[in-house]
Amino acid sequence: MTVSPRHALAVWWRNFAMYRRSWTLNILPNFFEPVLYLVSMGIGVGAYITEMGGTSYLAFLAPGLVAVAAMNGASFEVTYNAFVRLNFEKTYESMLTTPIQPEDVLAGEILWALTRATIYGGAFLIVLTAWGLVTPLHALLAFPLVPLAGLLFASIGIAFSLRIPTIELFSFYFTLFLTPLFLFSDVFFPLKERLSGVALVVAEALPLLHPVRLMRAAFGADVAPALLLFDAAYIFALSALLLWVAARVIRARLRG
Amino acid sequence: MIVRCERVSKRYGEKFAVDGLDLEVDKGQCFGLLGPNGAGKTTALKLIYGVTPPSAGRILVFDQDITTHTREIRARLGVTLQENALIEVLSPVENLRVFGRYHLIPPAALEQRIAELLDFLDLRSHARLPVKALSGGFQRRLAIAMSLMNGPELLVLDEPTTGLDPAVRLALWHRVRELRRAGTTVLLTTHYMDEAERLCDELVVMDQGKVVARGSPPELIRDVLAPEALEVELPAGRHADVLARLGGVRALRSGAHLMLYAKDAAALLEAVRRAEPEAQLVAVRPTNLEDVFLALTGTKLEGGA
Repeated sequence: MTVSPRHALAVWWRNFAMYRRSWTLNILPNFFEPVLYLVSMGIGVGAYITEMGGTSYLAFLAPGLVAVAAMNGASFEVTYNAFVRLNFEKTYESMLTTPIQPEDVLAGEILWALTRATIYGGAFLIVLTAWGLVTPLHALLAFPLVPLAGLLFASIGIAFSLRIPTIELFSFYFTLFLTPLFLFSDVFFPLKERLSGVALVVAEALPLLHPVRLMRAAFGADVAPALLLFDAAYIFALSALLLWVAARVIRARLRG
Repeated sequence: MIVRCERVSKRYGEKFAVDGLDLEVDKGQCFGLLGPNGAGKTTALKLIYGVTPPSAGRILVFDQDITTHTREIRARLGVTLQENALIEVLSPVENLRVFGRYHLIPPAALEQRIAELLDFLDLRSHARLPVKALSGGFQRRLAIAMSLMNGPELLVLDEPTTGLDPAVRLALWHRVRELRRAGTTVLLTTHYMDEAERLCDELVVMDQGKVVARGSPPELIRDVLAPEALEVELPAGRHADVLARLGGVRALRSGAHLMLYAKDAAALLEAVRRAEPEAQLVAVRPTNLEDVFLALTGTKLEGGA
């Protein structure tokens, strides 16, 4: 069975119609998160740091926080929200009484998670451009990386959400998975300068490092092209694998 | 033929939710699936509209195999689920717009269809309020409106009136009849026997995944029991003896209460009084589907003779 793009868009539209009504409650608060980090860490902590990774601490933080904004935007959508639609609101059950198939549901949900990631990350990029922390040209280069980072975390999140039996398990996902990623993925300090050996290999295996490094390059940092290719390949390969798993699971879950 | 199931089974592990189901629904019919909770009615519907693949057997809807023509078939049918799946923060109109997109209805045609559905199900007065502010009856009508979005040739209703007040039930039955007059085929599940008796031309009674009886309501009453029902109360300990004296009479017992079925209830009452002079008459009435249902699936009531 293949995805029907028009049906996937109908699924996307359902979420859009719902959040258009309540975006000040659902979307606006999360937008402030990276701004607050930037102000606190960049201006506060940054005052005690003369330079990091060759730039001011504020400028060092900025690209990583764009990737984090995309990660958070995608993650909220495919975790709690998707779980509720699957298990409590019977949204998918109702969609499957129409020509929509499980694959369309999955594609529509991923597309919506990318949309939310792009809203968060894109808005933050605009803030950074206005602040002068990135030139407009570099911001334009960085922009397509926002949905790419969103795709990676939408795929990870949905594969997790479709398999867990209770909603409480998301606290593990956020506290023991996303938070460590946030803290140890080159966002707050250059990993290569502080980690070595096995720790560096582990860091390379974790997902957030790759969109962060691509984002740094888009902001003008000097990163080896081979490493960027590896980052892009990592993101596409892991997303493809997890979406393949998710498609199998959502078929099994919805078909009962 | 609108629906044809041939030896259809659905197995979960060792348990059969549906076991060897055969049924045929003709165009324009109202076909009922009856049975106690857990009998396999909802699973049977899910098999028919193709959300659940069968473990064995073949299902044809509009003469096409549901497992290979799922999208085409679903474009021509509508389903009201047992539980309403509505977006509570949105209004009925907005919910209908979202659902219309699932059927890829273009915007202009969609607005016109929404207007028709609001009128048909009397939703206009509340069309722009958030769904969470609406009563259960309004929400149910909205759910039914959604399932009519694509002008379905086959309407599938899973317990359409469970939990609704009598006035709303009557109004919904009226709408179902109107749809049938317009040529819609209806397939419904219910455990309200009055609903089945009023709406259905033909039904099957299911129990533990299997069909235990089938036919029109009058046929079922005639074949399973008898046209007249006699309800009596007997002194404690007299039931077995009285039933033995009556010989071959179909009976259901609940405590002191005994329900007996015959062609001629008056003659039967005479016989009961001869067997037990202290027998008290509770009621003489026509046999209904409820009696049939209890006779076929009742577990707390004991079948006599």
